[in-house]
Amino acid sequence: MKRILQSLALLVALVAGLTWLATGANRGWTKTSVPVKTLDEVTGIEGITYHKKFLPGVDFLAVAFGGAAVLLGASFIFRKPSNQQNANQTKPTTELK
Amino acid sequence: MKLTHLIPLVSLATAVYAAPQSFDFKDPKGVNNAIFKLDAPLESINGSASSITGTVSFDPENPAATTGKIVVAAESLTVPNPMQKEHLHGANWLDVAKYPEITFEAKSLANVKTDANSTTADATGTFTLHGVSKDITVPIKLTYLKDKLSARVPNLKGDLLVIRANFTINREDFNIQKGQYEDKVSPTIDLSLSIAGASVTK
Repeated sequence: MKRILQSLALLVALVAGLTWLATGANRGWTKTSVPVKTLDEVTGIEGITYHKKFLPGVDFLAVAFGGAAVLLGASFIFRKPSNQQNANQTKPTTELK
Repeated sequence: MKLTHLIPLVSLATAVYAAPQSFDFKDPKGVNNAIFKLDAPLESINGSASSITGTVSFDPENPAATTGKIVVAAESLTVPNPMQKEHLHGANWLDVAKYPEITFEAKSLANVKTDANSTTADATGTFTLHGVSKDITVPIKLTYLKDKLSARVPNLKGDLLVIRANFTINREDFNIQKGQYEDKVSPTIDLSLSIAGASVTK
């Protein structure tokens, strides 16, 4: 369980980081639409329309890394079985032989 | 016909010709826009409003007599971040449900300079935002495009009037979070208006 949570934490952090980098490393807030300018040739006015696009920002990174930290923290709740316990568990088997 | 009889006719014809035209700013092309910008620590808050209407009375022979009213639907204010947009529209900021319109009513023009089809001036009028009205003076540029309406909207003949204005207001003057969040959102708002209106000839 410990190993699973730690792997999950690493996966969340990696996916979030790579997504952020792949979408242009936006150092502002997360955006769900981006402005696109269109020129009206008659009047010379630059119109603005918004196109739907997910652009993760630093808040996205913070939430993802925070989640990864929680998963990593939770993994320490589960203790790795000690060597003594392992030894006790394996002892009866050897005695049977 | 005596010459004295002709004078009133000529005067009437001149008056009709020189009468101010009414330009309707309801935009069929959807390019009219008002851009706003507020400085903030991480990145400036940039957005725009698209639903703009209004009428302006403009006389190409006498641009100084221009008057009119431009109305921006507060609901159409958009920023790319959905949470910021929700806050912007909410009761603590613009309260668009209670104050659905942002208006500027131009009453007079000063420092009018005309060059060919372009006129620059300082327009004084009443700016209403968040239910608060305040008289302000803003620099504007008017561009009169005679007979250009058909190039923009086929099957319609007439003229176009393009208005551009860049100015700054203080949100605290309009009771928008007065004295609050100054470290997070600048009290000054940069506004940039680019709109075109049409006057249809019959």
